[in-house]
Amino acid sequence: MPAKESSSPLARWTRDGEQVVLAVSGDWRRGGVAPKIQGKAADAPPARYVTDDLGDFDSTLPAFILSHLRTVAKPGDDAKPSLDGLPPDLRGLMELALAVPEEAEAHQVPTDASEITKLGKTSLNVWASVRSVAEFTGLSVLALGRFATGRARFRSRDFWVVVQECGAQALPIVSLISFLIGLILAFVGNVQLASFGASLYVADLVGIAMVREMGVVMTAIIMSGRTGAAFAAHLGSMKANQEIDALKTFGFDPFDFLVLPRLLALVLMMPLLTLYANAVGIFGGMLVGAAVGIPPVLYWNETVATVSLTTASLGVFKSFFFGAVIAMSGCLQGMHAGNSSAAVGEATTRAVVASITGIIVLDSGFAAIFTVLDI
Amino acid sequence: MNQPPETAAKAKITVRDLTMAYDSFVVMRDLNFEVAEKDIFIIMGGSGCGKSTLLRHLIGLHEPAQGSIFYGNENFTAASPEDRVEFIKRFGVMYQSGALWSSLTLAENIALPLEENTALPPRTIRDLVSYKLALVGLSGYEDYYPAQISGGMNKRAGIARAMALDPEILFLDEPGAGLDPLSSRRLDDLILRLRDSLGSTIVIVTHELASIFAVANNSIFLDTVTRTQGAIGNPSELRDHSENPAVRLFLRRGEASEPSSASPS
Repeated sequence: MPAKESSSPLARWTRDGEQVVLAVSGDWRRGGVAPKIQGKAADAPPARYVTDDLGDFDSTLPAFILSHLRTVAKPGDDAKPSLDGLPPDLRGLMELALAVPEEAEAHQVPTDASEITKLGKTSLNVWASVRSVAEFTGLSVLALGRFATGRARFRSRDFWVVVQECGAQALPIVSLISFLIGLILAFVGNVQLASFGASLYVADLVGIAMVREMGVVMTAIIMSGRTGAAFAAHLGSMKANQEIDALKTFGFDPFDFLVLPRLLALVLMMPLLTLYANAVGIFGGMLVGAAVGIPPVLYWNETVATVSLTTASLGVFKSFFFGAVIAMSGCLQGMHAGNSSAAVGEATTRAVVASITGIIVLDSGFAAIFTVLDI
Repeated sequence: MNQPPETAAKAKITVRDLTMAYDSFVVMRDLNFEVAEKDIFIIMGGSGCGKSTLLRHLIGLHEPAQGSIFYGNENFTAASPEDRVEFIKRFGVMYQSGALWSSLTLAENIALPLEENTALPPRTIRDLVSYKLALVGLSGYEDYYPAQISGGMNKRAGIARAMALDPEILFLDEPGAGLDPLSSRRLDDLILRLRDSLGSTIVIVTHELASIFAVANNSIFLDTVTRTQGAIGNPSELRDHSENPAVRLFLRRGEASEPSSASPS
C-alpha cells in the first residue's frame, strides 16, 4: 500500500463528458476521520474510478462504493457495473460483493399490516392455541389408554429419571415453602384469634387451609416453575436440535416416548408431594403454636379432630389434576417450540404462565363444585 | 517464559509447548508452531483429534494445561483478563454452526460489534453491514432472523459477522462443511481475497481436502494416534514429501500411492 502518512479520506464526483467519474483518495479507516464527499453524487454508476491518491483502506471504502451502486441500480438491470480504475485488491473485493445479485424478494419480509388484519391474526392464534391444547389433551388421553393396555413404548429408565427429578429432588424446596406457609398462616391467624381468646383454633385454621388449599396449590406452583419449565426447555431444545425428528424416523412415537413418562411421573409424584407439604405446613403451625403457648400435643389433637379424612383427600384429589396440567403444558409448549434458542425461552415462559393460570382456574372450579356438593 | 524465541519475532501467532487437556484427559501435547503474518494456516486432522479444541485455546475460550500462546511478542496465555479483551478485539471468529444470536436479525448480528466498538454513524454501519453480507453472497437478507434461513446461509452470515471489525486474524471453524461445492469454492475465493486485500491472517479448522489445497500456504496436522503434531508445512508438499505416513495418507484420502491428478495450487 502506498502513502504511509495519514491523509483524510475524500470522495469526489466529476463528469467526463457523459461519463461519471468517482475519485477516491486518502486513508479510509474506520477509526479515522469521516470521509468528505465533494460534488453531487451521480445517479448512475461510475464509469471509471480514479484512485491515484488512495492510501490505506478497510471495509469502509468498498462499503461506500457498494452502497452507491445499490442505490443507483435499476431494478431488473443485471449488467455488472464497471470497476475500471480500482486497484486489484479493491477490485477483487468489489467483484466478490457484486457476484451474487441482491435478493429483491428478500426485502419484502415484515410488512406492517392494518389493525384489522392484526386483530384477525390474533383471534386466529388464540383459536389455534385453544385447539392445540384440546388436541394435546386428547393425545394424552389416547397415550394413557395405550399405556394402560401395554402398547405404549418408552424407556422405563426415562420414567424413573423423571420421577427422581420431580419427586425426591423437589423435596427441599417444597419443605421450605410449605413450612413457611404454615408458619405465616399460624402467625396471621393467631393475631386475630387471640383477641377472642381462641388461640387454640389456630390449629383448625392451619390444618384445614393447608390440606384443602395451600398445600396442594403451593406445591403445584413450585412444580410448574421447577419441573414444568424444565420439561418445556428440555423438549424445546430437543426439537430445535432435530432430536424429536430423529425419534420419529426410528418409528418411535415422540408422544409416548417423551410426554407419557413425564405425565405419569408428575401425576404420581404430585399427590405424594402434596401429602408431604401438608405435614410440613402443619408442623410449621405447631411451632408457632408452641411459641404462643399451645402445647404440641393439644395442637395435634385439635388438628386431628378438625381435619376429616374427606377434607384431607380433597387436596390430594386435586393434586392429580394439577400434576397433569403442569406436565401437559410443559410438554405441549416444548413440543411446539420454534427452532431457535430464543424460541425455547418463549416456550418456557408460556409453559409456566399457562400451568399457573391453569392451576388457579382449575382450583376455583373445584372450589365451586365442592361448595355445591357441600363437602 | 515471557518472551517467544527470537526466531519467531515476525510470527503473528506463536504456540510453545502447548498441552491441551480436559481435566486429566490429555487431548494433544507438545504443540509447537508459528503462524506468519498473512498466512492462511490450516489446522487439520481426523475427526475428534482436537482441531476445534486447539482453536478454542487460540482464542482464549479454553486455558492451556501447559505451554503458552503468543500474539506477536505478547504472551496471550499469561495476560490478565483486561488485557485479553484487547487481544480479542483483533480476532474474528466463525463458529462451526454459525452461532448467530438468534434473537437478532442478520443485520443486527453484524452491526452489534460495530455499534459497541466504534463510533461510526448509523448510515455507515448500515453500508458496512450490506457490504459484509454482499461479500458472503447474502445481499438482501438483512432483515431475516437466523432461524428463517438455511444452515449454509447461517454459516456464511457467521463469516460476515466474524469479519465485522476487519480483524487482523480470522479464525474459521469448519467453514466449508455443509456448503455445496460452488459455495465452498466461493468461500475459498473469499478467504484468499480477504487475505490479499485486507492483509488478514487466517486460521482455518477443516478437513475438506479441496479447500486445504486451494487456500493453505501452511498447516499443522494433529495426529490422533500419537496425540501430538504429526507434521507442519505446506499441505501440497506434505502430501508428496511428508515423512509421516499418517499425514500422506490423510492428504491423499487414504490412497497410499501417488494420486493420478495431483494438482497443487
